[in-house]
Amino acid sequence: MAKTNRVDLTERDYKGAESTMCRGCGHDAISASIMRAFFASSVDPRNVIKMSGIGCSSKTPNYFMNQAFGINAVHGRMASVATGANVGNHAMIPLGISGDGDTSAIGLGNFCHMMRRNVNITYVIENNGVYGLTKGQFSATADEGTVMKGGKINDIPAIDLCELAITLGATYVARSFSGDRKQLAPLIQGAVAHKGSAILDVLSPCVTFNDHSGSTKSLKYIREHLDPLHDIDFIPPYENIEVDYEEGTDQEVTMHDGSRITLHKLGHNYDPTNRMQAVTALHAAVAEHKFLTGLIYLNEERAEFVDDLNLCDTPLAYLTQEQVQPSPSYLDEINAELRK
Amino acid sequence: MSVVNDLSICVATANGSGSASSNNILFKSIFKMGIPCSSKNMFPSNIQGLPTWYQIRANGDGYLGRKDVIDVMVMFNDDTSDKDIYRVRDGGLIIYDDTKPLPDDLKRDGVQYLGVPANALVQKHVEAGPLRAKQRNMLYVGALAYLFGIDMETIREVLSDTFGNKPAVIESNLLCIQLGYDHMRDNNLSQSIAMLETIPGGNEGKIVTEGNTACALGAIYGGVTFCAWYPITPSSSLAEALERYLPRLRKDKDGKNTYAVIQAEDEIAATNMVAGAGWMGARAMTSTSGPGVSLMNETLGLQYFAEIPGVYFIIQRGGPSTGLPTRTQQADIQLMHVASHGDTRHIILIPHDMKSSFDLARRSFDVAERFQTPVFVMMDLDLGMNLWGSDPLELVQEPFDRGKVLSQEDLDQQGSFARYLDVDGDGIPQRTIPGNRHPLASYFARGSGHDSHARYSEDEKDYKETLDRLRQKYETARAFVPKPLVEYDADNNAGVICFGSSAEAVREARDRLRASGLETNHLLLRALPLSEEVREFMAAHEVVYLMEQNRDGQMAAIFREEFPEFATRIVSILIYDGLPATAGEIVRQVEQHREAATNGIETKVDESWQKQIASI
Repeated sequence: MAKTNRVDLTERDYKGAESTMCRGCGHDAISASIMRAFFASSVDPRNVIKMSGIGCSSKTPNYFMNQAFGINAVHGRMASVATGANVGNHAMIPLGISGDGDTSAIGLGNFCHMMRRNVNITYVIENNGVYGLTKGQFSATADEGTVMKGGKINDIPAIDLCELAITLGATYVARSFSGDRKQLAPLIQGAVAHKGSAILDVLSPCVTFNDHSGSTKSLKYIREHLDPLHDIDFIPPYENIEVDYEEGTDQEVTMHDGSRITLHKLGHNYDPTNRMQAVTALHAAVAEHKFLTGLIYLNEERAEFVDDLNLCDTPLAYLTQEQVQPSPSYLDEINAELRK
Repeated sequence: MSVVNDLSICVATANGSGSASSNNILFKSIFKMGIPCSSKNMFPSNIQGLPTWYQIRANGDGYLGRKDVIDVMVMFNDDTSDKDIYRVRDGGLIIYDDTKPLPDDLKRDGVQYLGVPANALVQKHVEAGPLRAKQRNMLYVGALAYLFGIDMETIREVLSDTFGNKPAVIESNLLCIQLGYDHMRDNNLSQSIAMLETIPGGNEGKIVTEGNTACALGAIYGGVTFCAWYPITPSSSLAEALERYLPRLRKDKDGKNTYAVIQAEDEIAATNMVAGAGWMGARAMTSTSGPGVSLMNETLGLQYFAEIPGVYFIIQRGGPSTGLPTRTQQADIQLMHVASHGDTRHIILIPHDMKSSFDLARRSFDVAERFQTPVFVMMDLDLGMNLWGSDPLELVQEPFDRGKVLSQEDLDQQGSFARYLDVDGDGIPQRTIPGNRHPLASYFARGSGHDSHARYSEDEKDYKETLDRLRQKYETARAFVPKPLVEYDADNNAGVICFGSSAEAVREARDRLRASGLETNHLLLRALPLSEEVREFMAAHEVVYLMEQNRDGQMAAIFREEFPEFATRIVSILIYDGLPATAGEIVRQVEQHREAATNGIETKVDESWQKQIASI
């Protein structure tokens, strides 16, 4: 019998339609990590809303968690759709999937303002530095000096989405690699547990348009330039595991729902709650041509957007006429005021 | 003096000079006398310095459209005086500041000049300070009050209504008004244009408001829970009215909000937030103007194609591009009608006064949820931002129509669910709301091709079926949207159709046409798609004058497309100078057409419609 989680679901219950990505695409690996993370955290897919924009990555929400409601919106606007959806029903668990074109080019403005508001969301950017569906143009995360299939060289510096996220107010910022499920799955679990904008910039090689020599987003190049900050474990609130805690080497962060993230340091002396250090480390990594991965920044203090709005406990979408239509006597009052 | 209660006053001032306050006092004082009156604010896109005109019409017969001619010009803006002296009609009156003598080039024949030394008086009586220049405008209120018979007691009441808890402000304003009043009285100055006389019981129970406020209140009573908007004239005051009234009307027992209003970073974000909230099942809206609709186009297509409800209040202004952002127009009809790329047709509700602004705003949320689509509430600056006297706003008490939303129990009973299947043959599919935990409930909404089960599909049959069903849905809406208001007498051959803020001017124009021998029937259009009643009206008349406020006859083009058999009956009456429509211009255009038709000279029937069909 298949193993079930705390909500009596098997891994099968987290599957979706069959993927239409190219064979070996990093995006499918990310989908697998998403399924694993949601299963491991015992999140019922029926409580999840899946949202995306346009592009290869944005097609993938169809390929996991069939029981979740989903929306495939217009190009670059998932951040705004997610803002509306989160405010419309804050009881649902929002998961957004986007790509580097969707987020860092056409949708950059709306992405920034979502983070500025600290809208609650797990926002995964499947970052391959290239436009896949339109056959291989550079995106705004293409690194300076990287080479397009066909030889064209990119002269413009890349947008570092993690640095941008920290600057603009996102409260959970991570970078990972599609091929590192051991790191990615707990990062997703942490993002789901976090209340606020959780941005996961996940390097995800495009095997068709960006896997050649000269590309800085090829599978080979990424593997050779990964620089993980720490090994990471996610411990859900209901698990009472004691971790061997090694002074100076391990760090444990407790989240609002009681879940814990433990970070086992790998050579770096790094504290993800230190915002200045996070930005400095990202800068240094770019200079050294390294992909710094792991939990880069975490802020459990800042309130999420719906708290700022002082929303009622019942999701707005569920309010009934009795709850929202003021009594006619108020209209009499207002009419009287408008007579003055 | 024979003329009573028929007067138009135009006040010319500089923007930011405090005239909004003095004009408001003047308007409300006339209103309080029980005289039907309206005001039109012709303001610039500017914070301070550019010219602004405020036109008040008092009319005992109850005509509230802008008056064709200006009887009295208050010339308080030196920058525009050279033109202002010619804006007033022959035999009219000019009130000016005669602290300094009037330069010769501002003198013209055929009008009366009366001076009030406003600068001199405020300098003498008002303490130096930032308020002094603003108080100067109160002088013309006083001068007009004396000349036309507004009594000071009424003005005092209005001041107290306006500045209730600030006695010092009341007193200082009153002082200046009195200075203007006394100057006219003490110098025995008078005019012979008209007098204003109190109408006992007139305006009793009436309110004064603007359409944007009425729409906001309607939305609140219609159960709006979500608004995302981006500031743009002339729509901002709608969202701001929401922000003003919601905290008072919509707290739950714990003091928490049963609503969210988000000022977005641009209109693109606003429309996508509406889409997100609407998808979740919240009653969601935005308010914007033409440039905002241009930006929202892509997501309007998503909402149309993925069938997500949302309400769009569009307060039209002068286009194209930035155009005249502070002037009125009805030139975004086609922009709304077929918003977004691909084949689309949208439902548009069209208020024409304060009560219908409230009522249609309330109903718009029902229509959006019933038809699972974006619904436009089409306003314009004249209706939205100008003050109108009106009967009180009235709540029709009826249950919300949430449309075909299936609960978990419904799904149990039904045993099957396909999000985009036309179960009832009306083109409207069934819908589930996220949070519905039934195993059948979830679906994937998308703007790309899909089949009836909401699965991704590039199949030509699925695609065509979806397009045809969406058209079917639009056809179903014909019988559902607000019906036109029709005045019909079988003896009349000529019909007049109008909508929105034109209604008042058209009412007056028809009375004038009747007086000169042309009886007309009338249809006040209140929605698109066009209903059967509209077709019947078209069929019943040889000539139909279709009045709208744009250059190209955008509504006429829709009529011609829908009713090609009646296309040649339509005569467009077009006003598009950015100013609120006047009866006089409507009458002029109708008579021009009639004369041409009678004398057999060039026909004024616009035959460019054939080209327009192709361009819709």
